[in-house]
Amino acid sequence: MSTETQAVEAEVKEREPLFSKKNRKLISNPLDADNPITVQVLGVCSALAVTVKLIPTLYMCISVLFVLIFSNVAISLLRNVIPGRIRIIVQLLVVASLVAVVDQVLQAFAYDVSKQLSVFVGLIITNCIIMGRLEAFALANKPGPAFLDAVGNGLGYAVILIPVAFFRELFGSGSLFGFNILGENYPGNGVMMSPVGACIVLGLLIWFQRSRNGYTEEA
Amino acid sequence: MSKLNKNSSGYIFGFALLVILVCGVLLSVVSGALAEKQYEERELERKKFILKAALGDKMDEVEKPDIAVMYDKRVKESVVNSKGEVVEGLAANTVKLKNEYKKLEKNGSLKAGESINLPVYEVMNEDGSAVDFYVVPTYGFGLWDNIWGYVALQKDLNTINGVVLDHKGETPGLGARITEDKIQKRYSAGKKIFEGDKLVSVTMQKGEGNDYSSDPHAVDGMSGATLTADGVNTMMANYMNLYLSFINAKKS
Repeated sequence: MSTETQAVEAEVKEREPLFSKKNRKLISNPLDADNPITVQVLGVCSALAVTVKLIPTLYMCISVLFVLIFSNVAISLLRNVIPGRIRIIVQLLVVASLVAVVDQVLQAFAYDVSKQLSVFVGLIITNCIIMGRLEAFALANKPGPAFLDAVGNGLGYAVILIPVAFFRELFGSGSLFGFNILGENYPGNGVMMSPVGACIVLGLLIWFQRSRNGYTEEA
Repeated sequence: MSKLNKNSSGYIFGFALLVILVCGVLLSVVSGALAEKQYEERELERKKFILKAALGDKMDEVEKPDIAVMYDKRVKESVVNSKGEVVEGLAANTVKLKNEYKKLEKNGSLKAGESINLPVYEVMNEDGSAVDFYVVPTYGFGLWDNIWGYVALQKDLNTINGVVLDHKGETPGLGARITEDKIQKRYSAGKKIFEGDKLVSVTMQKGEGNDYSSDPHAVDGMSGATLTADGVNTMMANYMNLYLSFINAKKS
């Protein structure tokens, strides 16, 4: 493990600026071509579960972004001292602690939203995007790029969840951000309220994105 | 200092211990710092639920700071036991409903030798001269996890004025609909818990979209959430029964 990281660092010997072209890609790639949800198909569980209404979804995105940034930077800082054999459990501990902090803060300052998100805040711990970024990126890169990578992937998560929540709230309950849009007589749509609706909307989004980018799954 | 062997057991244990300590300290500091604010939020919610059961929709427009003021002005708290006697020296907000609920048998009767603490909230009229509503908390089990609620009875201690229901883990879009105003209002349309002198409670029916306006003891159900509705019905029946002595004592 340690020799691996040293080798990677040796390659980027000359000091590059934080917002170099390569580093800017760390933010832009996850937004589209390498999106964690639609392309890597990670973190789909929460994309289906917390997208019934826009406001909780926004809080969820901010929470994931927060956890991702802090855990990515923390693991990146520790990358040379973490014993390889217990690295996964250390990552898990860092993520779980950060999620517990988020949960406590939501309970204190956004009580209603924390009730709506209920168990899904805790389930950020098991969000594959976070562990995926820690393993694939933070362990082998400096804190600066790790920070950008976290921002990129956090926003990449949000950029999918928010449209899904938009369509689900609009067609499911006829409202947006809790304000009624489709009129009092709109009967609501049970399919959109259930995870099935999320699956359909997400599938359509993936279809749209892939047909635009010409991306195909490698066999 | 020579280079540490990162694969030695000593290093691994030391590292693990250090990370655990740092995370542990972080968590306890955060939790300690936020505990008071979290308690305030839960208290505010309890007060809002009680007032909403009694006073209805207009509570949705009351700003957060005003809820506490209104509560202090209009609500008189007390605690009774299942015999209807006032339990002295016990504040209603310190009664943990979840713990009290554990004193019940499966069939809703009190376990032998147990004494249950039942909070009663009397919502007074504007000038505080007489009781307008009696609000009683209820607690039970839905499909997946605990459910609870507040039932506001009118002065006759028979007609339900309103209910507020909440849950821990019912299915969103199905059982979780008990938190919706639309569902809770079904209990407000002149439903009664007594038939003559006999306690019959109010039962949510199976199926949705039926008219029960002629039956004072039935409300329209929730399609796809019959098991949650069963939980609500059991909860309602159990607690109305527990409060029966109190209700009878107040009536006479």
